[in-house]
Amino acid sequence: MIESKSFEELIEQYRDIIDDVSFPTVKEWKSKHAGGKVVGMFPVYTPLELPHAMGMLPVGLFGAGGRVEIDHADSRIQSFVCSIARSTLELGLRDMTKDFDVLWFPSICDVARNLSGIWSSNFPNQQVSYIHFPQNMTSPAAITHYRTELRRLLSNLEELDGKKATGAAIVSSIQAYNQNRALCEQLYAIKRDTPWLLSTYEAYVLLRLATMTPVEEHTRILQDILPMIATRNRKPRDYVRVMIEGSFCEQPPLELIQVIEEAGCYIVDDDLLMHTRWFHGDVMTNGDPLLALAESYIHQSRYSSVRHYGNKPRKEQFVQKIRAGKVDGVIFNAPKFCEPALLDYVVLKDELEKQGIAYLAFEYEEKMGVFESIRTQVETFVESVLFFS
Amino acid sequence: MSDDKFKYQGAGREYQKQLLTAWYERLQSAKDDGRKIAYLFVPGNIAEFLRVFDFELVFPEVNALQCGVRKTSGDLILKAEDVGYSPDVCGYVKNDIGMMLAGNISPSGTQLPKPDLLLCTYCGCTTFIKWFEALAHYYDVPLVMLDVPYLRSDAIEEDDRQYIVLQLKELAVICEKITGKKYDHDKLVHITRHSEEAEDLWVKILHSAKHKPSPFDAYFEAVFFMAPIYVLRGLPECTDYYRRALLEVEERIEHGIGPIPNEKFRVVMEGPPPWPYFRAFWELLKKWDVCAVASSYSKVGGFWDHGFRHDPTRPLESIADYCLTCYTNLNLPMRTDLLHSYAEEYSADAIVIHSVKSCRSFSVGQADMREQFIRKWDIPTLLIESDLADPRYFQVAQLRNRIDAFFESLEHKRLVGV
Ligand code: SF4
Ligand code: SF4
Repeated sequence: MIESKSFEELIEQYRDIIDDVSFPTVKEWKSKHAGGKVVGMFPVYTPLELPHAMGMLPVGLFGAGGRVEIDHADSRIQSFVCSIARSTLELGLRDMTKDFDVLWFPSICDVARNLSGIWSSNFPNQQVSYIHFPQNMTSPAAITHYRTELRRLLSNLEELDGKKATGAAIVSSIQAYNQNRALCEQLYAIKRDTPWLLSTYEAYVLLRLATMTPVEEHTRILQDILPMIATRNRKPRDYVRVMIEGSFCEQPPLELIQVIEEAGCYIVDDDLLMHTRWFHGDVMTNGDPLLALAESYIHQSRYSSVRHYGNKPRKEQFVQKIRAGKVDGVIFNAPKFCEPALLDYVVLKDELEKQGIAYLAFEYEEKMGVFESIRTQVETFVESVLFFS
Repeated sequence: MSDDKFKYQGAGREYQKQLLTAWYERLQSAKDDGRKIAYLFVPGNIAEFLRVFDFELVFPEVNALQCGVRKTSGDLILKAEDVGYSPDVCGYVKNDIGMMLAGNISPSGTQLPKPDLLLCTYCGCTTFIKWFEALAHYYDVPLVMLDVPYLRSDAIEEDDRQYIVLQLKELAVICEKITGKKYDHDKLVHITRHSEEAEDLWVKILHSAKHKPSPFDAYFEAVFFMAPIYVLRGLPECTDYYRRALLEVEERIEHGIGPIPNEKFRVVMEGPPPWPYFRAFWELLKKWDVCAVASSYSKVGGFWDHGFRHDPTRPLESIADYCLTCYTNLNLPMRTDLLHSYAEEYSADAIVIHSVKSCRSFSVGQADMREQFIRKWDIPTLLIESDLADPRYFQVAQLRNRIDAFFESLEHKRLVGV
């Protein structure tokens, strides 16, 4: 399949899959795995290795991306809430998540937290787990506590399936995700080092595919496609290098990413889709695998608004990321009503002002159709960055 | 009825005011007196533990609340929006940051001291973390996190409890460094004993609302009566306060009086009040002779009425349990069940949800709760929206219409005997 198509054709083929809110990859997987269980995972990150070790399919649940009308969810969640929470619930109430046997909600914000409660009372047939991610990054107790939390999650899955996950199975799941993460990291390295070879739109499509495809299959896709990127015939342009910040949970409309790029930006780093690329480097594969996952969370998590930093202030991590990406300017691109992003914005932009780094900020919603004003803002931003640098 | 029949009326409100004024004055002079300052949140506050090191405590939410009551929150919120805060984020955070930017003058006019310790007691609300990260940014002081796991099931997990206890032990070392005072377990035992006593008395006051008519409004009055148990807990004057407040309530029972002279409807209230329009909101309900007989908001900082007490025989564990079970840390199904059980225990006619737009910690899920109260338990439920700090969201005419329509229909049902 893959050989006969060009890189661009493949991206468009995958785009159709990720745009389909009926979860075609889940249906396909279920048809091949009789009795197989699917775990739906609300962003930003949840431990995918655990369902994988149980032979289940972990799938990212990122709302409906503006592709369903919010009719039923209105009576359950009020209007001053981010679109991802509302449209995710809408999918549930329309019976479109019935292929999910389990739902996981991580402790990223009050909305996701309460959505887990709404879910458990409205969908008693699905197993719902709320995951407490440790916030005390300086306490050694955080690692052991989170290890217990992972054990609890695994036990919940075991209970559902009547099987146990062996240590060896978890280790091999960790390996599968390590391998996949390293390939995803290569996509980001290409974006960073030779951004003209791979747009963020294209990288996004590939990463989004990772959230809904069995990891082995996605790894194969990346192994096939990465060499194709290197041979693309594309020339560098006089674009500015920007980083996107604030799009860690609800995903921006893809058109918005395209508009930013078309307006003259190389998006060399971002916080989109951390789902499969949450850790820096490999999770250890020797010793107790749950402990290894817990330690990685404390020591190897990537910078994110939904993770507290202990003694190292958030702004330091943020600036480090900017320096590493040789970024000329930052675009704060946050979902409307998203408290973690909007509250962080002030602290982060203060730091940018202190450091003399240009920035631009706007908000998006899933159901956003017109991008012209954003295009103009980005174009002006690009000109000012080019002019001042 | 001659006035000398009433010896204690007004004690709850007046004495509370005196104690809070004295506290703010103490805060003003704390630095000069060489005392160290800890900032922390009301929910799950570990006052007892910090008092071992003689910290003076500042509660940013209490400041925000008082600004709301004094109607200064609107301007302060705009100040925070001027430096980049979105109109859509928590009004308390903006109120507090606006106040800090304006010189950190407390709502009662005294100077608030800078923190020596920013202790983020993360009890449920994730905005707490962002709020204190912002304070750490502005004050340039380190932030210490007390990570309290949200209740994932309806019971306390031993592992969660031990996690908090271990963190407290680590915190003791930090506090010793800041204050130069040693952790003293006997002192903690002594302080928790005070807390336990005050909590016993507070629960009696809360339970008094089971009487008909209720001698006490468990929302509009409780917000005053609950202040000492949150901010002064562990001090002898706190216990003394509840002794007097209970006398006031007992006297009301004895004479069959209460805040609503002709109590007609008994309701359970959910959600924080609209502080800048607190009186106006009360009036809208008083018009219908509504008494709040139970509320969740009076449990934000601690949940005692189903049995929890700080325990001098196991102080650290009980502090952990206290953090785990304050209302903000209960999961949504627990909150729903709790309100339902209140409606039964306190013979309420309805549930009123005041949904606060900028506080998603409370508000997300309230519409779903409402559905459940109506569908599952057939409890009439009113959901109204405004904000707890931001006066821009309080639309009095709209609220009045909703409230009138709701109680009119309750009244009608009562008349026709449905
Ligand atoms: S978009 Fe923001 S507010 Fe909404 S669920 Fe995600 S993190 Fe929470
Ligand atoms: S969101 Fe609500 S609970 Fe959280 S800090 Fe703001 S007012 Fe308090």
